[in-house]
Amino acid sequence: MTERSQADIAPNRLTDAEIESNFGDMHTPLGQPEALVEADRCYFCFDAPCTTACPTGIDIPGFIQKIRSGNIKGSAHTILRENIMGGMCARVCPTEVLCEEACVRNTLEDQPVRIGLLQRYATDPIFESGLQLFDRSDETGKRVAVVGGGPAALSCAHRLASLGHHVTVLNEAEKLGGLNEYGIAAYKATDNFAKAETEYILSIGGIDVRNGTSLGRDFSLADLRSEYDAIFLGFGMDGVNELGMDNDQNDGVIDAVEYIAELRQADNKSTMPVGRKVLVIGGGMTAIDIAVQSKKLGAEEVTIAYRRGQHQMNASHHEQEFAQTCGVNIRHWLAPKQLLLDGERVNGIEFEYTKLDAEGKLTGTGDTCVVKSDVVFKAIGQNVLWSDLGDTADVLDVSNGRIRVDENRKTSLPDVWAGGDCIDDGEDLTVSAVQDGKLAGIDIDRFLKQT
Amino acid sequence: MADLSSEFLGIKSPNPFWLASAPPTDKGYNVNRAFEAGWGGVVWKTLGEDPPVVNVNGPRYAVRHSNDRRVVGFNNIELITDRPLQVNLDEMRQIKKDWPDRALIASVMLPMNEETWAKHVPMIEDTGADAFELNFGCPHGMSERGMGAAVGQVPEYLQRAAEWCKKYATIPVIVKLTPNVTNILLPARAAIAAKADAVSLINTVNSIMRVDYDTLSMYPTTDGMGSHGGYCGEGVKPIALHMIAEISRTPDTASIPISGIGGISDWRDAVDHLALGAQNVQVCTAAMVYGFKIIDDLTDGLSNFLDEKGMSSVSDLVGKAVPTVTDWKYLNLNHVDKAYIDQDLCISCGRCHIVCEDVSHQAITNTLNGERHFEVIDEECVGCNLCVSVCPVQDCITMRPLTEGVDPRTGRKFTSEKANWTTHANNPLRENK
Repeated sequence: MTERSQADIAPNRLTDAEIESNFGDMHTPLGQPEALVEADRCYFCFDAPCTTACPTGIDIPGFIQKIRSGNIKGSAHTILRENIMGGMCARVCPTEVLCEEACVRNTLEDQPVRIGLLQRYATDPIFESGLQLFDRSDETGKRVAVVGGGPAALSCAHRLASLGHHVTVLNEAEKLGGLNEYGIAAYKATDNFAKAETEYILSIGGIDVRNGTSLGRDFSLADLRSEYDAIFLGFGMDGVNELGMDNDQNDGVIDAVEYIAELRQADNKSTMPVGRKVLVIGGGMTAIDIAVQSKKLGAEEVTIAYRRGQHQMNASHHEQEFAQTCGVNIRHWLAPKQLLLDGERVNGIEFEYTKLDAEGKLTGTGDTCVVKSDVVFKAIGQNVLWSDLGDTADVLDVSNGRIRVDENRKTSLPDVWAGGDCIDDGEDLTVSAVQDGKLAGIDIDRFLKQT
Repeated sequence: MADLSSEFLGIKSPNPFWLASAPPTDKGYNVNRAFEAGWGGVVWKTLGEDPPVVNVNGPRYAVRHSNDRRVVGFNNIELITDRPLQVNLDEMRQIKKDWPDRALIASVMLPMNEETWAKHVPMIEDTGADAFELNFGCPHGMSERGMGAAVGQVPEYLQRAAEWCKKYATIPVIVKLTPNVTNILLPARAAIAAKADAVSLINTVNSIMRVDYDTLSMYPTTDGMGSHGGYCGEGVKPIALHMIAEISRTPDTASIPISGIGGISDWRDAVDHLALGAQNVQVCTAAMVYGFKIIDDLTDGLSNFLDEKGMSSVSDLVGKAVPTVTDWKYLNLNHVDKAYIDQDLCISCGRCHIVCEDVSHQAITNTLNGERHFEVIDEECVGCNLCVSVCPVQDCITMRPLTEGVDPRTGRKFTSEKANWTTHANNPLRENK
């Protein structure tokens, strides 16, 4: 039996100063001189490809022109009127596959306008000052329940409130913000930005928040339908996909989402226990985030193992590169086969190599290898935990385990809309969730004005 | 290698770049540094009669910045030299002694009475200066006292003062013209009538830079009040080029030598001035913004350009473009250009489309089979060059002349015959009616 010490999984691997530096702002914000020069690089394209590429359709050349002319308030309004979470999206959007990938500057010089950083430049002063850019229309007397506290729910709530409706937000967690508050990597949303943004959204008025209330436990969809004029469901996904190994129910096999949430909420991040050797199973943003943050907490060796190739990873190439720069080793074509234990403790995983067969289907090659680790994080996706949601699934059309909606984010019920991660085809991005909430809000407004 | 040495009115300098009369030539210290850096000559900061003028103790300069704080326009309210005349004369004499191969021109501004000119001109000439330049152009401050632009704007005054200078000078006299006139030919003719040896142009343009957005006062101010200044820098070059070309191409003014001034920041600007008829050039703003070192690019760039063109000296370039400047009425109305977009270079920004669509002739597509695609519609294109002008990619859009077939816009067949407005059927005053 190998000698193991408690120290293989331990907190305080780094000094407080190292932790503070590691979890500092990932991107240095642009100062005014830099922002003005960057804004000048925008060609002010007609029917701009960047705007088309933005899930929320922000008029990007329009807001950049306003930076150029020193009209920062107007610039922020241009952004936030399409995307009330434009501040967070400026931090977390994979711009390299959205607006910045579409930038025509790529054609000749491979150097897009740094749209994400400009968006942050325009919006940061608004959240810092709390300057209210939005008016509420006259009260309509209509009441809408919004279930959830994440980007989709808050975007919908803000849109409805601005249109004069009264909104009640029913949020299961103790804090608003959803994954912005509990999920996003800490170094992307420093200085409690998620909280500042949430407070800004609520400051428009007309939004009541009830935290710690849960659909299925405290009320049913039927209760809401009888009490409110319309309902928006944005409760996200609480279930975690399992690795599917026989023996993976072990304390050393940790749900990455849960760990990240704890890390985000920790006042002192150095108290988080972290392994010397960390193994992450998955290929999306959660895998990248847990791997990088483990490294930043002081893990010595961090490996991401993904069962397909680099190009199939959900995490963008830019994010993969970022993780590698942080010292994370990314390995492809490895499927977990069995958890290796040393007594009760995790000691690693035996993987089977994979490949695509002639039909393009993923198959094992029969060859195996072992990656040693002290902890294993599962980050292979989430699912809607219907079992906790009462009869919700029975009364709604569901496809692929998620709620089916139309292009206006309306469900199969006439007074229920949905958006964010809990809808089918949900794109797993903050910006898409914000758009869901916005579109639903606009459609709910149409509906309420007819009734 | 092309020979950059220059001779203007018989005054030799190692290159055709003189520093214009302005702060860079205010005193011996600066001029020494300029000559060390390689400038061909200086026009000393304008001399006046004692007691010297006084300047404000607030902002003399204000600029227009680009977003990366590049200075793209410049304005000043500085007056002529504020040092005693004798101090200037002593330093000029010393400079000429130390730098015999460089041009030293004495800029002067004196009131409208002959005695003053009679007294000052010989004194100044005695420094060894190669020529006089008469400052009839400063548009601020001095013009309120009946000098500078106040003289340059009245051809009779200009002629009289220039005649006085000629009368008491034995060295050449250059008359510096103000652009703050409606027709530059009138002061140019007055200079010729006074038997001036050359003209130099342009001086600065009347201007107020902007307001202060906090106080809503004009900007800048001296203790809350401001006064208009003279605008210069790259923004004024087109104004200078037009005026130089007018003098160069007008038969009764064409023979007077021109020293070109206005917006020369690099060697290409100098090529513009020279090709449109200036025999040498003067620079101020670029030196005000970057210091004297810019002379390296001015001389080096011009020399390389002449080599590329197979020209052996600056004089080969002078006036080359003048025969191509004409009146609008002589432009060939049978000539047809069409814009052409090189799809390999196009980055699909769509700027050509939107400007053509919004403000011009609706002659550029934005889609093809549902895809973003920008292409000229020859049936609508009038060849206006707006798309070429706004395209961010060099040479992506070019103008192509019609050389055969039919113009699909007008249905008119191509002809190599020329025809202009003077004989056009729509011209009520046409010739050969």
